[in-house]
Amino acid sequence: MPGNVVVDVRNVGIRFNMSKEKVDNIKEYFIRLVTRKLKYTEFWALRNVSFRVERGDRVGILGFNGAGKSTLLKLIAGVMKPTEGSIRINGNIAPLIELGAGFDKDYTGGENIYLYSATLGLSREYIDTKYQEIVDFSELGHFIDVPLKNYSSGMKARLAFSIATAVNPEILILDEVLSVGDAKFRAKSEKKIQSLMKNGVTVLFVSHNTTQVRNICNKCILLKNGTLYAKGDTEEICAMYDELTKK
Amino acid sequence: MRALTKYISNFGKYRFLLKELVRKNVKLQYRNSVLGIVWTLLQPLLTMVIISVIFSGVFGKDSSKVVNYSVYILIGRLLHTFFVSATKKGMTSIRGNASIIKKVYVPKYIYPLSGVLSNFITFAISLIDLVVVVAFFNIIDKDPVPLTWRAIGFVIPVIILMFICMGVSLILATLDAYFRDIEYLYDVFTLLLFYVTPIMYTVDKLNIKSEFVLSVLRMNPVYGIIENARAFLLFGNDLAAHFDWNLLIYDIVFAVVINVVGFAVFYRHQDDFILHI
Repeated sequence: MPGNVVVDVRNVGIRFNMSKEKVDNIKEYFIRLVTRKLKYTEFWALRNVSFRVERGDRVGILGFNGAGKSTLLKLIAGVMKPTEGSIRINGNIAPLIELGAGFDKDYTGGENIYLYSATLGLSREYIDTKYQEIVDFSELGHFIDVPLKNYSSGMKARLAFSIATAVNPEILILDEVLSVGDAKFRAKSEKKIQSLMKNGVTVLFVSHNTTQVRNICNKCILLKNGTLYAKGDTEEICAMYDELTKK
Repeated sequence: MRALTKYISNFGKYRFLLKELVRKNVKLQYRNSVLGIVWTLLQPLLTMVIISVIFSGVFGKDSSKVVNYSVYILIGRLLHTFFVSATKKGMTSIRGNASIIKKVYVPKYIYPLSGVLSNFITFAISLIDLVVVVAFFNIIDKDPVPLTWRAIGFVIPVIILMFICMGVSLILATLDAYFRDIEYLYDVFTLLLFYVTPIMYTVDKLNIKSEFVLSVLRMNPVYGIIENARAFLLFGNDLAAHFDWNLLIYDIVFAVVINVVGFAVFYRHQDDFILHI
């Protein structure tokens, strides 16, 4: 892989077996097996998608609902494996897909910092050095010692965002997370992402908001029905997307 | 070979996660109850008292076989509980952590592993019961337990049991990712396991004539674990007569096979979990 390419997506496709009704118990499974009703319809959520992301690129991923944006991010984050093609990643990824998925509601904010960071694959020593920074940035104050179940959703999002960005990721995956928190925190988090970008972090950004995409991204790809519809400059692709929206 | 080194370095990276998850499971188990850790200690003691009061007339009389019926029950019951709770926690660990598995890449086997390890810690804590009960009977000098240095050998069957729990958990966790009702089936299974394992009875008191039934009973891996654990703790002064090498070897083989099968099954299906949970 050439030195500058951090994400290399080649001819990626992913196929789901969709049954008309979800069979999730043994009884049902055997009844259908015996009566031969165990049919699946194949469905390609993504097919023939190829693109490269170079270090420091901010790539906007556009597309309508069901176009395969989230699936693509999950493939890049390593959560799912592609059915065909390959994905190569060079650097550590901080997925900000649905913030706080690794939290435990009975744990306090402070304990969750360790738990969530561990889920992101960090060591205890590293988190020790970052702990105070995370607490300060989240502005949670004494709430850091309160169990998470007593947090508001905005507080949770603030904590998750603080952890995910404090770890100096090389690749940042943002899935419409910039809409979290109140206006004040939103401004703060946008500033944080800007400063990360100045340090050369690579960003993959999913959004429906072309204004936000124009602000952040320098390149864009547009997905349509699971295929790569277009890729290129932000301005060009955003215009294309806005055009498609009007139809 | 390269795959293996990659595998090991990946485990190194997520070692801290394993530790955090074990810590979390143990911590949270006690945080929300008033009695806290006392529960873990009280539960086996209560069952021990009830069973020994009711059944000591039938199974407790032959002290050459049980030495001390209360201690006899307690050893069996603690090991059985460890097996059941560890495998249950392991089984539900994939489904229970679905929200994380769907969002962030983590080596998935960490979850069943942490379920087994955290229950191992709970089990280790509950051994305080055993110490207290043995001390109690030895002090009042009623059916005293003749402890020798050989009692340390107790850890051998315990460690084997922990490995068996891991293998079983990997298989159950895989099944649970596809079929929810495996959890209910397993509840029935563990209840039956309680009766086919010599926890409150001694096998020879049952007067089972059929060789076939006896050998089926011995196929239960927990059977050998409990029998050998008792041999170390209760019969330290006559270990050779009570320790069963065949059962020990069977348990070791069982542990190895179940782990190989477990990892193979889990490894083969883990990329599929996300589509079902």
